[in-house]
Amino acid sequence: MAYGGLTVPIIVMSVFWGLVGGVLPWLVPKGPNRGVINTMLVTCAVCCYLFWLIAILAQLNPLFGPQLSNETIWYLKYDWP
Amino acid sequence: HEPILDPSLHQHLDRKINFVAGVIHPWRVSAFERLLWRACRGYLVASFVEMPEPMEDPATGETITWVIFLISYWGEQIGQKIRKISDCFHCQVYPYPESEASREETMNGLHSQIQDLSLVLEETEQYLAQVLDKVAVALPTWRVQVQKMKAIYLVLNQCSFDVTQKCLIAEVWCPVRDLTQVQDALRQGSYKSGSSVECFVQRIPTSESPPTLIRTNKFTAGFQSIVDAYGVASYQEVNPAPYAIITFPFIFAIMFGDVGHGLLMFLFALWMVVYENSPSLRQASNEIWQTFFEGRYLILLMGAFSIYTGFIYNECFSKATVIFPSAWSVATMANHSSWSSAYLATHPTLTLDPNVTGVFRGPYPFGIDPIWSLATNHLNFLNSFKMKMSVVLGIVHMGFGVLLGVFNHVHFQQRHRLVLEFLPEMVFLLALFGYLVFLIFYKWITFSAADSLVAPSILIHFIDMFLFTSNAGNLPLYRGQVAVQTVLVVLALASVPVLLLGTPLYLCCRRRQVATEEQEPLLEGQEAGNSVNTTKEDVESGGHSPDAEHLDFAEIFMHQAIHTIEYCLGCVSNTASYLRLWALSLAHAQLSEVLWTMVMRNGFVGLSYVGGVVLVPVFAAFAVLTVAILLVMEGLSAFLHALRLHWVEFQNKFYVGAGYKLCPFAFAVDTGE
Repeated sequence: MAYGGLTVPIIVMSVFWGLVGGVLPWLVPKGPNRGVINTMLVTCAVCCYLFWLIAILAQLNPLFGPQLSNETIWYLKYDWP
Repeated sequence: HEPILDPSLHQHLDRKINFVAGVIHPWRVSAFERLLWRACRGYLVASFVEMPEPMEDPATGETITWVIFLISYWGEQIGQKIRKISDCFHCQVYPYPESEASREETMNGLHSQIQDLSLVLEETEQYLAQVLDKVAVALPTWRVQVQKMKAIYLVLNQCSFDVTQKCLIAEVWCPVRDLTQVQDALRQGSYKSGSSVECFVQRIPTSESPPTLIRTNKFTAGFQSIVDAYGVASYQEVNPAPYAIITFPFIFAIMFGDVGHGLLMFLFALWMVVYENSPSLRQASNEIWQTFFEGRYLILLMGAFSIYTGFIYNECFSKATVIFPSAWSVATMANHSSWSSAYLATHPTLTLDPNVTGVFRGPYPFGIDPIWSLATNHLNFLNSFKMKMSVVLGIVHMGFGVLLGVFNHVHFQQRHRLVLEFLPEMVFLLALFGYLVFLIFYKWITFSAADSLVAPSILIHFIDMFLFTSNAGNLPLYRGQVAVQTVLVVLALASVPVLLLGTPLYLCCRRRQVATEEQEPLLEGQEAGNSVNTTKEDVESGGHSPDAEHLDFAEIFMHQAIHTIEYCLGCVSNTASYLRLWALSLAHAQLSEVLWTMVMRNGFVGLSYVGGVVLVPVFAAFAVLTVAILLVMEGLSAFLHALRLHWVEFQNKFYVGAGYKLCPFAFAVDTGE
């Protein structure tokens, strides 16, 4: 898979959590629990999206690289692309 | 055969022989005999016979084998002595008839009496058995009836008598929504009991503060109970529970993040939820099990979120998964720096340099790159990531808490607090800590490995911002940083006196305005109560005099000062408190890694069939320790810390929690029965 940098993941995740937090609340059937379910959907979308965003932004521009043991380097030289 | 009587006493031959018959306790027989002989000097003949079967002592109730004695004596004085002695020894003396015939008669009479009595006893016992049988059938019904009557009387005791002494009045709290239902129920009750006078319900105004009722279903009840455990919401204030349904498991999951452990927790909770109606699960007597069962939806969500954060941390039983290919290319680095096998043999560790093109190809799309779990310096990266994450999430959580206060201000018609409290609070929080969040994100986006040697330290910039100093070695993050920071600090400092003095001065001004017109109660919408139970003094204490106004201002001012200090200092300390998210997730990761390397990995040492057999007990030990240490202990620990973060750091931004719960009317089960 070609590394698209930041654009592909951010579009995918934004659309997904945007659907969960912005579209699904409209589709919840009317009933006594509608308010609670909508609150849950929006809170969940915001929390999970923010958490993922922090994780990806922290790795966007690493200031230093991983330090590997020589055995690991031997193995990964041939195993990982 | 020898004469019974002493010949020297033949002048007393005309005296009769008298008898004393009785029953004596067997232990006292020898003492009795000795005393009789000493006192009466052989002027008597005593014979003792043991009873054939033991009989019950009427005084003490124990069965004793009594000893029957018959004393034959002559002489009046000796008779008196004997009677006195038998009295002392607590003997039961019986009349002994003189002649043989009367003795026979007495015997027969006694025998028939015994027969009659035993017959009566038998009949009585039979009758008793019959009555008890009938009662045993009816007893459970009687028990229930007595309980019901007792419960009804308990409730009736809480009512008070009308002035006419003819009916009872009960004062109740009732939700407005259910008022028609209550009226219907009262009508039905009057109809069913066939009374001529109907029960009715009437609304009366009161100055007491009402209890809080929050309607929950089986899912939300668990979350509401953890919010209520700290403090029940004051009447009509905003309820943090709907938000806690998601934020509490989410914050738990940040500290617990592991796919494997989260999955185990989720499956355990799923089992409890699917079988929640089975009676064996519901009515277990073990209290600890009951606690887990009541929180099954809580644990379900906690497990689900832990799976998500586990994927982001890329930890599954402490191992990383390579769902997407890793962004770091070892081969490129090796080719660039010519890491031949000989070179590698002499260097135990080498570092990948992201400055070399092709080594770092972009951020890992979902979570932490798996290469970090293989790196020896992975804690350097993870610590920085997790600390910043904790601070960002903490500030967002606290900002959300301040935002929830808006609901309170709007609902209680205190719009002045929007400008005088909410605005300065938000300005203070965002100017200082919102700016910190901005710095974190800015540094992540703009600084890369190319300028890693001169990358500025956010912490030192933040400290310099407060102290208005500057550090030569720390480069600015962007142009004009010092100016922007000065403005922000001045804004934040300016908001403190607004927060401190705004509301008290506003209330004071408004009170002075109103005092010239009429006396208006401080709390809107509530009049003096005219309920039966309040006395005149209670009603009058609601009003106030000019002296009270002055005191009120001092009280309001002090209250506001405390709130300001608590808020401003709290912002700083609570932000630091959120670092426990980092600390606990680090501890969890380290524990699971230790468990893997020191326990499970030893099972893979032998690759033969014997190794396969050895793997079984090793896995058993790994499983037991995982459940005991990582699931139970770490789970409880993360639960506790997540709870603390909610109760203290989140809720003290908006929650008052001084209410009391509504105790709905129910017939209480008497615990004594």
